[in-house]
Amino acid sequence: MKQEKTSLLRNGAVQSLLASLLCIILGLVVGYIALLLINPAGANGAILAIVENFMTYSKSTAQLRYFGSTLVKTAPLLMCSLSVLFAYKVGLFNIGAAGQYVVGTGAALYCALGLKLPWFLCLIAAILAGAALGAISGLLKAYCNVNEVISCIMLNWISLYAVNMLLTLVKEETSPYTFTLSSTNEGAILPSLGLGALFSKNQYVGLAIPLAILTAVLVWVLLEKTKLGYELKATGCNKFAAKYCGMRERKNLILTMAISGGLAGMGAAMLFLSGFEQWQCTQSAVPAMGFNGIAAAFLGGLNPIGAIFSSYFIQHITNGGAYVDKTMYSSQISDFISALIIYLCGFVLFFKTALNAWLNRRDEKKAEKGGGGK
Amino acid sequence: MILLLQYTLIFASVLLLVALGGCFSEHSGVINIGLEGIMVMGALGGALMMKFLPDSTPAFGVILLVVLAAIALGVVYSLLLAVAAINFKADQTLVGTAMNLLGTAAATVFVKAMNTAESVDNVSSTIQYINAKKAFLVNLGGFEFNWFMLLAALALVGSYVSLYKTRFGLRLMACGEHPQAADSVGINVYRMRYAGVLISGMLGGLGGIVYITAGVSEWKFENGVAGFGFLALAVMIFGQWKPTRIALAALLFGFCRALGNVYSGFDFLKALNLPAATYNMLPYIISLVVLAFTSKKSRAPKAEGVPYDKGQR
Repeated sequence: MKQEKTSLLRNGAVQSLLASLLCIILGLVVGYIALLLINPAGANGAILAIVENFMTYSKSTAQLRYFGSTLVKTAPLLMCSLSVLFAYKVGLFNIGAAGQYVVGTGAALYCALGLKLPWFLCLIAAILAGAALGAISGLLKAYCNVNEVISCIMLNWISLYAVNMLLTLVKEETSPYTFTLSSTNEGAILPSLGLGALFSKNQYVGLAIPLAILTAVLVWVLLEKTKLGYELKATGCNKFAAKYCGMRERKNLILTMAISGGLAGMGAAMLFLSGFEQWQCTQSAVPAMGFNGIAAAFLGGLNPIGAIFSSYFIQHITNGGAYVDKTMYSSQISDFISALIIYLCGFVLFFKTALNAWLNRRDEKKAEKGGGGK
Repeated sequence: MILLLQYTLIFASVLLLVALGGCFSEHSGVINIGLEGIMVMGALGGALMMKFLPDSTPAFGVILLVVLAAIALGVVYSLLLAVAAINFKADQTLVGTAMNLLGTAAATVFVKAMNTAESVDNVSSTIQYINAKKAFLVNLGGFEFNWFMLLAALALVGSYVSLYKTRFGLRLMACGEHPQAADSVGINVYRMRYAGVLISGMLGGLGGIVYITAGVSEWKFENGVAGFGFLALAVMIFGQWKPTRIALAALLFGFCRALGNVYSGFDFLKALNLPAATYNMLPYIISLVVLAFTSKKSRAPKAEGVPYDKGQR
């Protein structure tokens, strides 16, 4: 029995799960301490509000409706986290998911509002835009030896300013926001597939959510079960070895960044084509969605299936932040908690090494004892 | 014209300070993507000091205390990176990204809590420092000289001398090039890397306060520092990790940024009718193009981003 328990702890997936749970718990505890420091009276209520999110509503119809809203924003986050983890598996840190998400937004909204195209063309445009931006980073890395983190950071800001300029063409006259899809081009709204009705007629719930989950599964299959995935991962491990084996390492690098960018661009289309949000053309910072994707990817143990759950969790607490008592706290407390969780994810590797070392020591001791008994 | 010069110099000072900070950290072998977050924290420290200092404080005292507050908070915050990257061998890009998000979120939560505690209706994340800010400015016939410009120049000289002319600087750079070799001759790599990251916290924090006092007299912390930390990172790379070149790059990028603010004052630029965003984009585009041509023989510290493991050969 004990033997079994040890081997369970040694299982990589179990370790990842444990590490992620530890990050979440520590993040919530530190967040709770921050709340206590700000105002001890309401801290319990506030942390509960964050964790409960839509469950604060007593009516089940309202609960379902806001559960739907959380899911609507989970889909793009999941796509961004898939984008980050796909690149990471191939040895690239795609900090540019944020920028690829931005150009995806630009392409989707301009096609929908400016060119009045139907939704599937807008979706494809967003994927292509994201993929193109990713491919630029890939090209720069493959042919000019530019570190992808640096080129991605530059491209994030370039795309933010460029998309702001582009979408100013389709914005409302009196506000900095783009036109709503429902008033300008209803054909660009993602079909709801009857899913909205399941969530107390939340019209924003639709194709995006099943599509995102399906993509997660496809990414897993691509990485783990196909020759291409194997080649990409091999290139990530050692590009010289991959080249020696006859793989085209430059093509693989570019392809990885393009796929990764396409995923993030698609995520943007999933959010903005649901009509849930409008783009603000005066935005002065790159949206946090892409960076939160990094959080979700690492929290999910860099596994596409794990990312489904971690994305949901991060979006859950982010939405929960809206329910804290505004007379005492601000909703950014949940950004604070999710940032803490990302920070703690940095310690996962150390946690795993320490756990394994501890297990080894324990086994050694046991072996010694066993030896002494005989 | 004078306004353009003034903005160029003050933005260049910000970029110079922060990029030099990044330069120290990277030369010691730790990539510091978290400069943006460090700037926010430094800005918060300085802004709080300005808010709570009595109006009667002499100008010199204001400058000294504000600078110290900004530096202190920047250094403390950079400890997060130092501990994670040096002791726990964490992924430096990941930790840096987390610090950027954390810096803005923490500052917003804190300032909002403070504002709401003062008056329940005030849910903004803005700190005002109209009076205290005057201590930094000296009017020289239309040109507003800012003491921070001098400070940035001093930081440049100091960085150059300490990196190239002192034992400390040369040892620091050795740790970023080949930490194992440095260790073999008795240099404590961990301590050197701590020094590098903490210096970047110091300069980054200082850059933060300079940025939020450049031109405005209140700051909304929800906005973070609007990408200046990343711009400084671009300046550092554009400057090939060398203080003097970083200074030139900072001037160039500062000039682009300043043009975005004052371009409407020039007839020929106004005639081009480009949106302000073009000028904001310019520095990033320039550095990307330059990177594409120069990265084949990049002068980046060789061991940057790789956690140092004593047991590794």
